[in-house]
Amino acid sequence: MSIGLGAVADTAVRTEDLRRFFEDTRAVDGVDLDVKTGEIYGFLGPNGAGKSTLVHVLCTLLLPTSGRAEVAGFDVARQPVDVRLRIGVALQEASLDPAQTGIELLRLQGRLYGLSKREIEQRLHELSQLVDIGPALGHRIKTYSGGMRRRLDLAAALVHNPQVLFLDEPTTGLDPASRLRVWDEVRRLNAEGITIFLTTQYLEEADALAHRVGIINQGHLIKEGTPSDLKRSLGSDVIIARVEDGAERACNAVREVVGVDQVDVHGDELTVRALDGSAVLSPVAIALDSCGVRVRDLTLREPTLDDVFLELTGGHIQQDDGHAQQEGTSDNGDA
Amino acid sequence: MTTATLDHAPVRARPAGFLADCIGIATRSIRAVPREIEFVVPALVVPVFFYTINIGALGPLAEANTGLDFKAFQLPVAIIFAVTGLSRASALVTDIQNGYFDRLLMTPIRRLSLLLGLMMADLVLITTLSIPVVIMGFIVGVRFETGALGVLIFIFMAGLWGLAFTGFPYAIALKTGNPAAVNTSFILFFPFAFLTTSFLPLDNLSGWLQTIARWNPVTYLLASMRSLLYGGWDFYDIGVGLLAIGIVGTVSMTLAFAALRGRLKRG
Repeated sequence: MSIGLGAVADTAVRTEDLRRFFEDTRAVDGVDLDVKTGEIYGFLGPNGAGKSTLVHVLCTLLLPTSGRAEVAGFDVARQPVDVRLRIGVALQEASLDPAQTGIELLRLQGRLYGLSKREIEQRLHELSQLVDIGPALGHRIKTYSGGMRRRLDLAAALVHNPQVLFLDEPTTGLDPASRLRVWDEVRRLNAEGITIFLTTQYLEEADALAHRVGIINQGHLIKEGTPSDLKRSLGSDVIIARVEDGAERACNAVREVVGVDQVDVHGDELTVRALDGSAVLSPVAIALDSCGVRVRDLTLREPTLDDVFLELTGGHIQQDDGHAQQEGTSDNGDA
Repeated sequence: MTTATLDHAPVRARPAGFLADCIGIATRSIRAVPREIEFVVPALVVPVFFYTINIGALGPLAEANTGLDFKAFQLPVAIIFAVTGLSRASALVTDIQNGYFDRLLMTPIRRLSLLLGLMMADLVLITTLSIPVVIMGFIVGVRFETGALGVLIFIFMAGLWGLAFTGFPYAIALKTGNPAAVNTSFILFFPFAFLTTSFLPLDNLSGWLQTIARWNPVTYLLASMRSLLYGGWDFYDIGVGLLAIGIVGTVSMTLAFAALRGRLKRG
């Protein structure tokens, strides 16, 4: 490999048939990825889908069981130091030393990346403004709030000007305002030329940020594309009906409505697909009423990435208090 | 939110170099010590306590029966009590648990320096903590027959011994990642520190204890340190003491670096 440190490969992340097993658990099972330099790539999936394991492999913390992975043009198994010099990583849990001050942590990080004192001070100046952490840098990290820890973690990942930034669920557990701030930061960093590989369980996050999205479930990459392409691939509008009981009866009634393409039932929720949702909304309401089912909620909307996930896996990505799980699937040992 | 922009051009990551990596880790570790007063206090209080008790309770009896200067005889014991088991292993476990160790692993740092840097810090701390114990000896009237150079070698040997012993808690820390397991590593200290000539010379120990003490490397370390105090320059004793440190150090470091290799396995 002859890519110089300053050179930038066309492909930021490439994997070929990448597998990572933990004994009997196939956390990542044959994933092929091709993330272009300059992209924000959203990696979407429920808890235990294999997102974090894949990030750990790409960040050289884990070796692949089989297959290949390259980051910034370097093989993660054979050239880990070359990879480490070019990546920045903010893992799911902010990996910080609470006994240090923010500035001590960033300075040490800079030293370990071979930066001179002048370069470190320059980067500290830039980063303190970029991640909006300013005066708190001089305080011990144990005094930081969750949002501040996340921002410092991001700053630590950026000290050495990485080409590729891995953000593993960067907004999990953050309040909505902090989440929007992180989104702004991600967009700004990408505008500066950094390729961003973002794992998330938040559909709206992938939708809002990512140029392309890969959907992973049970270790497999099941679909990939731009958010709009993925949603368009469903080819229909979505009507969501929440009923109090008799969901199966309601399903049978709605299936008979002219213009309805597909009806799925998940608990007390009916997902109705129709090419022209607005045209069938009233007939669906009448069908529900006529079969004697009490309707709590009836909504017409554009398809979301959750609908794509539902279509592909038969389950939702559930989000409860920052924890997402796929309905009806078990955890597969996401590390 | 401000709108600062990054100036990427001048800053490029590169390997820092092995020594710089070690110094970076060591500096961070040393800086943390004053913030963890609970780490330093036992290392100062325990030797002073035992030294005072031992010379107060046993001194007259031991001196009457053996003719020893018991204050000088006990000073190496006090310093061994001060430095044995002193390490940053518990901080390493904290790093493993809070993910900071992983953050370090994602940098281009040389893996060996993750442990060697901590050990460099330990050597500095152990040596520093030896000095008050030696001063305590001076205060109660202990003198070195070998003079100022003897004092320096005395402290140097204490530092080497303390460093040699650190391999055990680091091995446990890296193998288990468990703070409770690291805390129990002090149990290793007891046979080393008590099944030896800590209270009486080898010839005055009872049969079974004398046999065990002959196999205990600390016996030879104490003999070499005592020779600096009241035996004059005895290079044989000093050499045997250094050999004893070397044997313990080889065992403990082998365990520690094997545990590091295990911890770093990515497979």
